[in-house]
Amino acid sequence: MLLLIVIGTVSGVAVGAMPGLSATMGLALLVPFSFAMDPTAGLVLLGGFYVGAIYGGAFTAILVNAPGTPSSIATALEGYPMTKQGRSEEAIVGATIGSFVGGVLGVVAMVVVGPLLAGFALNFGPQEYFWVAVFGLTIIVTLAEDSLLKGILGVVFGLVLGTIGLAPVGGDVRFTFGMSELQGGVELIPAMIGFFTIPEVIRLIANRHRDVEVYEQRAEKQSQVKATVIAVFSRPLNLVRSSAIGAVVGALPGAGSSVSNLVAYNEARRASRTPERFGKGEVDGVVASETANNATIGGGLVPTLSLGVPGSPPHAIILGALLLHGLRPGPGLFESSGDLVYTFVTALAICAVVMVPVGLIAGRGLQRAVVVMPTRYLAPGIVVLSMVGAYAIRNSIIDVLLMGLLGVVGYLLRTIGIGPATVVLGLILGPIAEEGLVQGLQSSVGMDMPWTSFFSRPISIVLILACVLSVGWSLRRARRGPKRDEVTSGEDGT
Amino acid sequence: MDQARPVMVISGFLLSASLAACGATGDESSEEYPTQAVEYVIPFDPGGESDITARLQQEPLEDVLDTNVNITYQPGAGGALAWSELTRATPDGHTIAGFNLPHIIAQPMASGDVGYETDDFKIVNIFQSTPNLLVVREDSPIETLDEYISAAKEGADAMSIGGTGTYTPNHLGTLLLEREAGIELGYTEFSGTGATVPALLGGHVDSLFTFPTQLETQEGEMRPLAIATEERLPGLEDVPTFQEEGYDVVGGAYRGTMVPKDTPDEVVEQLAAAFDEIHSMPEVQEDFEENSLKMEDYGPEEAAEFIDQREGELEELFNEIGVLE
Repeated sequence: MLLLIVIGTVSGVAVGAMPGLSATMGLALLVPFSFAMDPTAGLVLLGGFYVGAIYGGAFTAILVNAPGTPSSIATALEGYPMTKQGRSEEAIVGATIGSFVGGVLGVVAMVVVGPLLAGFALNFGPQEYFWVAVFGLTIIVTLAEDSLLKGILGVVFGLVLGTIGLAPVGGDVRFTFGMSELQGGVELIPAMIGFFTIPEVIRLIANRHRDVEVYEQRAEKQSQVKATVIAVFSRPLNLVRSSAIGAVVGALPGAGSSVSNLVAYNEARRASRTPERFGKGEVDGVVASETANNATIGGGLVPTLSLGVPGSPPHAIILGALLLHGLRPGPGLFESSGDLVYTFVTALAICAVVMVPVGLIAGRGLQRAVVVMPTRYLAPGIVVLSMVGAYAIRNSIIDVLLMGLLGVVGYLLRTIGIGPATVVLGLILGPIAEEGLVQGLQSSVGMDMPWTSFFSRPISIVLILACVLSVGWSLRRARRGPKRDEVTSGEDGT
Repeated sequence: MDQARPVMVISGFLLSASLAACGATGDESSEEYPTQAVEYVIPFDPGGESDITARLQQEPLEDVLDTNVNITYQPGAGGALAWSELTRATPDGHTIAGFNLPHIIAQPMASGDVGYETDDFKIVNIFQSTPNLLVVREDSPIETLDEYISAAKEGADAMSIGGTGTYTPNHLGTLLLEREAGIELGYTEFSGTGATVPALLGGHVDSLFTFPTQLETQEGEMRPLAIATEERLPGLEDVPTFQEEGYDVVGGAYRGTMVPKDTPDEVVEQLAAAFDEIHSMPEVQEDFEENSLKMEDYGPEEAAEFIDQREGELEELFNEIGVLE
């Protein structure tokens, strides 16, 4: 059993670390193998793989700005600047601890407050999903480092990209310009590789001195493991908060770790005493992101097991595997197959522990390899992996072309100061918001004015307040930020 | 000074991409089928019912065909993405795709250009079906279909109903029921059967058109009112059919496999025979039963006939409700 956990985790880390090879895809490939095993062994293998893959996504996010999975987007935001400063080891250690804590706390949350969480999540209807997405969009105020306008432009571009293809509700064909290949829309992963990775590759090639710089800086430093561990655990609040965010977002079907890592990152930045260090390589940001995405695994199991409704795409595969093994998720699962469920859950927690040595050995090994590798090998390597990853999403060449195209667009956008995270944020949240909006209107057609249902439900009101507070707080911070060294009594606006 | 480099990277992309595209077309000879691994395309996300059925078929199918069967996923556009890809696949039987009814009829009919037409394919078989089932929450005051319909008559859209997608079995079931009972329901569409469940349990919609599998999963949480079959379903003998209650609502989803139109008939026959063989294996039947999947047995001709007939019915309904203008 332990061997299975180790195999699952290690292979998960390896797949997760490949740009574009997501946890979902790896799991789908693994299901036939698990089918041949007995249910417990099969699930343990899948669970280990899932945990490992989510964690492995952090490596490439940190080292080459290529988030291996959408759950590591925020990791790249802080991790890659750290790499540029020769602090990649610190970032990887931070990510490892975050993943470990998040993984364990997520499972604990699932076991302890699972039923509560499941009930709470049921209160989220279409209207609430809409407001959750809007709340997510308020993150741009934080993400847009220098100019709010550019941040908004980036998000709008992402939202527009998100409208290509079949409408999530209603099924209208939009903006495909007569190309039926575009009906499926812009897939998140090729877009993510395009916006994050390709511009970086272009820059790597254009600036060949990089490796030398990093190498020199690294040589000066000794191992950072101990110092980083102490530093991360000295801010336990960040770990707990990010885990909670991860678990709650995970319990909402349809959101998943691509949302939770960004939300946790935003909250960490907001709560930080030194928010100005974010975006320039702050280890707390990496920790928040990685803690949250691993906590989402446990959180997402809540609806998966208790309702039979997957919390996120990888959970859908776990659900499928359960069904294939003849298990019926749903309210009855805990009674009928309690042993199996608890073995599975315990295995997930053990995986989180196994991740630590795996991460520290493999992660740092990879880090050294990437750091010393000359650009002429590194750049084509990344490009090839990215193309394979993009193609593999749905075996469609259009995704590879889109990735290349969006990479060029991303490079151009970056030269005018629009960051990739804002665009990807719009692309992730746009469809969620649209679906919530249209479904909310559809399900309240019985009311005189259906739109009022968005403002009259208790949780919606709380979420609206959260949006307002989020924007207000961030704007205030942003106004004060630049001046805080000289002037302490800054004027606060809005 | 390195201005040219980004351009080179980009053209490198395009070049390799087009190479990859070319590499996909293989040689085709008139040798015995199959000469290579068979790709079984699932047009939906992994983990769903289509995936599960394919996984149950995969191993026995490999034995019968004596070659590897690789399941691949091309989700997107409610299946249309994979089906339009299939029109471009080499028609030699080494690429087969799962399909759903009424999707492959309704999509081209209602949405115009979706990248394929219903008759772009040769149907291998229809092997599974799942009927529409009308449910409310277990704690709902509504206990029968009659009560449901009178509640809906209290006002236009007084009753909201959730289901999966547009022009899907759930949506068409809603349209039929509206027509038959003279009511108006507020149809809310969700991205998958899974997403409809929390919407009902959380009280965000009043009722659902769903499938019997959900009833089993959500034991004790949902109350079935009526089922859209001609006879009561074994295992759900307590649930009346719509016809018994006086409403002519029959329908659901059908699953099968198909290949590009130009695939030789012998190959289609051979595939159909292979599927037949595995579907008659007791262990496969058991697997299907365990997963509440009802088997159907339509060969290439019967399936094509059935689809033709469905096409006519759907056109009539669409004309009536003004989808086709």
